[in-house]
Amino acid sequence: MSDLIRLTIAEARDEMKKGAFSSVELTDAYLAAIESANPVINAYVKITADKAREMAKASDARRAGGTAGALEGIPLGVKDLYATEGVHTQACSHVLDGFEPRYESTVTANLWSDGAVMLGKLNMDEFAMGSSNETSYYGPVINPWRAEGSNANLVPGGSSGGSAAAVAALMCAGATATDTGGSIRQPAAFTGTVGIKPTYGRCSRWGIAAFASSLDQAGPIARDVRDAAILLTSMASVDDKDTTSVDLPVPDYEAALGGSVKGLKIGIPREYRIDGMPEEIEALWQQGIAWLKDAGAEIVDIELPHTKYALPAYYIVAPAEASSNLARYDGVRYGLRVPGKDIADMYEQTRAAGFGQEVKRRIMIGTYVLSAGYYDAYYLRAQKVRSLIKRDFEMAFAAGVDAILTPATPSSAFAIGDESLASDPVKMYMQDVFTVTVNMAGLPGISVPAGLDPKGLPLGLQLIGRPFEEETLFKTAHVIEQAAGRFEARKWW
Amino acid sequence: MSVDLATVKRVAHLARIAVTDEEAARMEGELNTILGFVEQLSEVDVDGVEPMTSVTPMAMKKRVDVVTDGSKAEDIVANAPDSTDNFFVVPKVVE
Repeated sequence: MSDLIRLTIAEARDEMKKGAFSSVELTDAYLAAIESANPVINAYVKITADKAREMAKASDARRAGGTAGALEGIPLGVKDLYATEGVHTQACSHVLDGFEPRYESTVTANLWSDGAVMLGKLNMDEFAMGSSNETSYYGPVINPWRAEGSNANLVPGGSSGGSAAAVAALMCAGATATDTGGSIRQPAAFTGTVGIKPTYGRCSRWGIAAFASSLDQAGPIARDVRDAAILLTSMASVDDKDTTSVDLPVPDYEAALGGSVKGLKIGIPREYRIDGMPEEIEALWQQGIAWLKDAGAEIVDIELPHTKYALPAYYIVAPAEASSNLARYDGVRYGLRVPGKDIADMYEQTRAAGFGQEVKRRIMIGTYVLSAGYYDAYYLRAQKVRSLIKRDFEMAFAAGVDAILTPATPSSAFAIGDESLASDPVKMYMQDVFTVTVNMAGLPGISVPAGLDPKGLPLGLQLIGRPFEEETLFKTAHVIEQAAGRFEARKWW
Repeated sequence: MSVDLATVKRVAHLARIAVTDEEAARMEGELNTILGFVEQLSEVDVDGVEPMTSVTPMAMKKRVDVVTDGSKAEDIVANAPDSTDNFFVVPKVVE
């Protein structure tokens, strides 16, 4: 049975279609894997075994009745940020203690209506604020990857650290994730998995706890490019409940795989060659360029002059939006309540006890930059800089560039409890230096594993596309994947 | 620009987060590190640049002006820490 969990979504789908095994069997295999791995990896904060078996049974009945959906019987993990009806939904925060929504997010509803099975809720940085999954109320997630010859635990990246680790440790066939500054692509790169943040507006944000509404976007983390394409096809939709959901039909992304990249113009932005970037990252980038050139793509140097300002602008815009979005957690309507001497004191005590340090820090920054007298100097200026960042990309695309190739992260996975990162919040923020520009401009970006560093840890390359041209990203990432091969963590847990 | 201890406490109050003196002192350092980092935005020439207000250029979606949801009072208070007769219960606000 344990070899069933080794199958990709595409393989399991095709085998179940042939009747090789049932969804109940596949689901049981995953539940067994979770039971043995989760005490070590800590990827799940809630395992919904009974619900999973019920859903699997119903799925097998649908298949028997001849009405199988695109993800029929495929067991998935769901990031704790997504509302799941009647099931633990806390954004891995203490402030949402006991919250079980009476509604289902649009993205997860799409997955279930295509036949998928929910295994449970996945660990993450609290309210998706973090790059190491260490800000979770439920403790850090352990990366299934370890450096060659070392027993030291590494972070899986964040904020979708539980999603990435669960996929890499074969604790689910695929997972939902979200990305506000790099939270899908950075953990995917750290765990040898594939993650795509689609164009802003491609997936509905309805029912996903809001962090920074103009930057948040849902997407999948999967074992390979094909599985990511299959999952995004199901997750994406046009939704009346989200006014930023764009009225464009969802293509069959899997059909884009195998297409030729001959003649495709791939931009290489010089500004992504940053000071202190490790040699192996530069080497990986050059390798990616060589692979795409060999496949017939045309490589062109491009300029994105405002790149270095994306991260500082992000650390104004995202906290500002967060301070507003997180105002709702006040101990009145859901979650934690800490009594106080009056209602204002109750709010203050509840929020003091309910939010972790990183979340408080960002709410404070956001409140400050939006406060009277500072709005123009910080928030308005940051939004203008954001226009300039977007314009840089638009000019590159107008000059005929089809996609942009960059490293996904400035390093491989680092140690849990890294002192230098813990003592300086800005150092941790630098993790998102290559990914955050994409959120600022609302573009699609995919992270695909491309090699191992000298310590034997996975590294990813990022492809950035034109708005709503995810198909180009899947096609191009698939070419990189074919050249690089797949990378699997050696089981030690 | 940087913040002093009094500003940290004022902002914490605006954000409705109780802070001890010790926490406020730690936050002062952290917030100033972050504000120091974002300071580099002042080098950018933003004259005549429109601030970004919409990520994707699109017309605001409208829907038909009809009731599509409602009558869910029990669902709405289901997760409340304290409720009575489908009302949220909070400490006394008006004397």
